[in-house]
This record gives sequence, C-alpha cells and structure tokens, in this order.
Amino acid sequence: MMDDLRQIAKQARIDILNQVYSAASGHLGGAFSSVEILVALYFSVMDIPSFEEADRDRFVLSKGHASSLLYSVLSQKGAFDRGELANFRRLGSILQGHPVYGKAPGIEMSTGSLGMGVSAATGIALAGKMDKKSYRVYTLLGDGEMQEGLVWEALMAISHFGLANMTVIIDNNGLQIDGPIQDVMNPYPIDEKLEAFGFHTQTVDGHDFGALIGSFDAAKVQTGKPSAIIAKTVKGKGVSFMEGNPGWHGKAPNEEEYEKALLELGGK
Amino acid sequence: MATERATRDILGATLIELGKADENIVVFDADLSSSTKMAEFAAVFPDRHFNAGIAEMNMAGMAAGMASMGKTAFISTFAIFGTGRAYEVVRDLVCYPNFNVKLAMTHAGLTVGEDGATHQSVEDIALMAALPNMKVFVPADAEEARQMVMAAAKIQGPVYIRLGRDKTEDIYTPETYTYSMKPDKLKDGADVAIFACGIMVARALSAAKDLEAEGISAAVVNCSTLKPFDEGFFARIAGSVKGIVTCEEHSIYGGLNSVVSQAAGKLSPLPIEAVAIGDTFGESGKPAELLEKYGLTASAIKEKARSVLLKAK
Repeated sequence: MMDDLRQIAKQARIDILNQVYSAASGHLGGAFSSVEILVALYFSVMDIPSFEEADRDRFVLSKGHASSLLYSVLSQKGAFDRGELANFRRLGSILQGHPVYGKAPGIEMSTGSLGMGVSAATGIALAGKMDKKSYRVYTLLGDGEMQEGLVWEALMAISHFGLANMTVIIDNNGLQIDGPIQDVMNPYPIDEKLEAFGFHTQTVDGHDFGALIGSFDAAKVQTGKPSAIIAKTVKGKGVSFMEGNPGWHGKAPNEEEYEKALLELGGK
Repeated sequence: MATERATRDILGATLIELGKADENIVVFDADLSSSTKMAEFAAVFPDRHFNAGIAEMNMAGMAAGMASMGKTAFISTFAIFGTGRAYEVVRDLVCYPNFNVKLAMTHAGLTVGEDGATHQSVEDIALMAALPNMKVFVPADAEEARQMVMAAAKIQGPVYIRLGRDKTEDIYTPETYTYSMKPDKLKDGADVAIFACGIMVARALSAAKDLEAEGISAAVVNCSTLKPFDEGFFARIAGSVKGIVTCEEHSIYGGLNSVVSQAAGKLSPLPIEAVAIGDTFGESGKPAELLEKYGLTASAIKEKARSVLLKAK
C-alpha cells in the first residue's frame, strides 16, 4: 500500500516537472510540496467509485496554482487520458493554467484566485449536510493563501454551520512568492487560529503517508465540528535545488535544470 | 391614483412560490434578509435559507458550491455589496462555470436615499453586464420584478436582477403582461423614442404624455433586459423615429445608454441623448430629492427629447 502510494507520488512529481517544462510556465514549488497530500487523498482516503458517482467525496484545490499536480493525480486515477498532460497550459487544452470546472473530468470547481476554493467547498459541504448525503469534502489551501480575507469568511461559516463533513488542509510549506510567509504577512499561529475558529486541528508531516492518512482518519470520526490539518511540507520537495527556494514558485526550468531535476526524481 | 410598490417587495413571496414548486431552490442572505424581503422565505423554508453574515464574498462562493451540487441558489443583499464587494467571486465561481446562482440584489441606485453614496450602487449594471454568461434584468415595476425572478429560476446560468428600495408606480398586471426577455413598447410615437429601464420607465411614460401636449410624439420602450439586448427590436424602433433618449438610474458609463449606443453604432444614425447619472457619486437625501438633483426626472427626459429633436435632421 505505502509502496504503491510512493510510486504514484514519484510519478506525480515527474508529471509536474514534465508539464511545467513542456509548457515553459507553471508552478513547481507548491505542486511538489502538496504531492503526498493529494496522493493520500485520491488513492487512500477519499471514496470515489467514479467521477460520475453523485455521492463521491469531493476535493477542491483552493491553491489552484498546483494544477499540474491535480492533473497528474486525476490522470493516474483514470479521470482522463494521461496523454492530455502534454497539453497543459496550451491553447484549447482541457488542462488550463488553473483548474476549470467542467473542462476535464474530476475538476470539482474553478479555482486559481486564492481564497475562493475553500468558499465554494463550503457550499458543497453545506449541500451535503442539508441533503443528508454521506460524501465528505476536502479542500487544500496554501499557507500564503491564509492571508486572503475570504478564507476567514469561509472558515467562520464552516464552523458556524457545523460542517463535520469537511476537512480543510493547509499546505504549510512556509514560502510565498515574495519570501517567507511570516515576513510577507504573518498568518501564524495557524493552528491556534483554526482551533479558535472551532476546528479540530492536527499538525502532521505533510510528506509522511502514514501520518497524513492517520490524520484524515481522525478527521472522519469527528462529530459536530469540522477538521483542519496543517501539513508541514517543504516547498519544491523532491528536487534539491528547488527545495526551500521561493524563486521556484512560478517559473519553469531551463533544459539543464530540467535534466537535473528529472534525474533526481528518478525519471530517467 | 396608480398603486405603488418597491420592486424588492415581491422577492420573498416569489421565492416562496418557487420554493414550493422546486425543493432545489435555496436562498442566501448577508444579514439584510429583512430589507431584501428574503426573511419571508426563511420563515417558510428555514432549512433552505442560509445567512452568510456580513460576508458577501463567501455568500457568493457558498452559493456557487451549492449550485455545483444541483441547487438553484438565489443570493440577496444590497446591490453595491452583492455586485461590488463580491465581484470577483461572482466572476470566477459563478459566471465562469455558468452556475445557477441568481443575484437578486436590492437597494440599487440613488433611491437608497439617506444612506448615501457608500450604499448607492450606480455602476452595478456595468459590472454585471461585462461578465460572460451573466444576464442583466432591470424591472420597471414590482410585477415585472416578480416575473423576472420566476424566469431567472428557469434560466440555465447566472442572472442579475436589479431591485430597488423605494416605491415605484405599478405599470404591469399579471393579466396584461408576460415577461419574455424582450423590450416592451409601452407607447407608440413618431418623433422620438425613449428607451428606459427600472424606475425611469414610469417617468418616461409621464414625460411622453406631456410631450404629446407640446406636439412631440414620443414612443416609450421598457428596456428591462439589458443583457442580452435585443438589437433587432431596437433597430425597428429606431427606424420609425428621428431621435433617441435613454433613461436610467445608473451611471452613464456601462448602463442602458452604453448598450443602446453600442447597438446604434451598428444599426442607426440617429442622435442619442442620455438621462443618467454623470461621472459622480451620490449623497444622502430623500429619494425624490436625489432624483431631482441628479437629473433623473420626467422634466429632464422632456428636455432631452426636445434637444435630441433639434439635432435630428
């Protein structure tokens, strides 16, 4: 099981690199940091018999710039042909720069403008609670995204409406475009703030499948209150010269960097 | 004496009617449900009414999430907050995915009155009309507003319905009018065509009556569907007169005058005059005082009708 997840994660990192290199644009650092989170969700945690199943669990990528990761995971899950990854960010592609609802199977919401995904996910969870459906709703935010006011509007509502069917994950890689998050506009302490907002809050190693799956399992059994998981991650995880470097938030590698990264990821 | 109602007055009762027929209808408010009249819906369907609190962005976002699950969500607050504060959420989460979220916004225009400029949306039509997939409805009276809300529930995709706080003269009855997303010619005329929307329709009718006494024959058209705008209808009317006047309780930028001028640029050589709010904010005052000060009156319409005819060949 863990070996399978590790293999899917390895493929996801290679897919991310290939998409961004091929498109000559995109976001590597925050896609690499979220790999284990999405792989754990789609291949262990979430109940998705098919993407047409009405009561499937829902995932909304609030940090929509990690689109290359979502596309890799969806394609590995069989939502669409893996050949589509070659069209990432190209004119007419179903795989737009940021995810677009209805463009490709498995994309549950149009995201990219930060703060919006968690708000829409709240509506999805609210509909589930209202109709007494069994599906759970997961949404992944960046830690820099916590600076958006809409995030806090949504968090307040999730708690107010008692959406125990919802799990909010924060990819806490600590970096945003202009530098360390606490230097740009400090959102810490994120855990205390989430607890104060009424969330069952856990902090885990965001690259450890066992820890992630354990925290998702703990979130599932919460009754009456929503869950938050702060995943401690490394931006650019998997490529030594990208790790911890905010410069790799939104730029594509040149040929030499690409070859070096591909080698490190075991892609050749 | 004609009866008067505010266009917002019908909102709660109409949503109750829709809610009874369709259990997928849900309503969101942002702490103004007594003003928007949606509190009436909440009283009948408490499980299908959600108060977002004073958080208009999240109201729009939650409604989008609900719509993605097959609901038809009506969201309601003051027009300035629902179209202004929430603009980008409406753009990305409602219009881009073409979700069934209907913006039934009240207290539009100057006639909010005493609250002043922060609460007077005079640019909301421009904002909403610029969004792909969005339809823009501006009812002339409460009956048209009722029919627009009913129509919006059946349309696939987002709709903006612009409702007012202040009472306005009843023009239509359920027996004599069926809203069909087309302009409605209320009066024939051979000299000038007055294209109006919202509360200015009643004023246009009044002005047209006075103009007849002066020997000016004025047609009056209720352009309550600003988007999609029926350019063919416009061209037929424009082809039968010598000049055009547009009237709206909205900025001259991006509202009815812009829509009509755009159509005229392609289809008509006639001179056009505008009764609209200039490049300015409103202020506190009684609705009638504000309409007078900012030039949104029947006498202003008459003046523009005379001047447009002077320009006509």
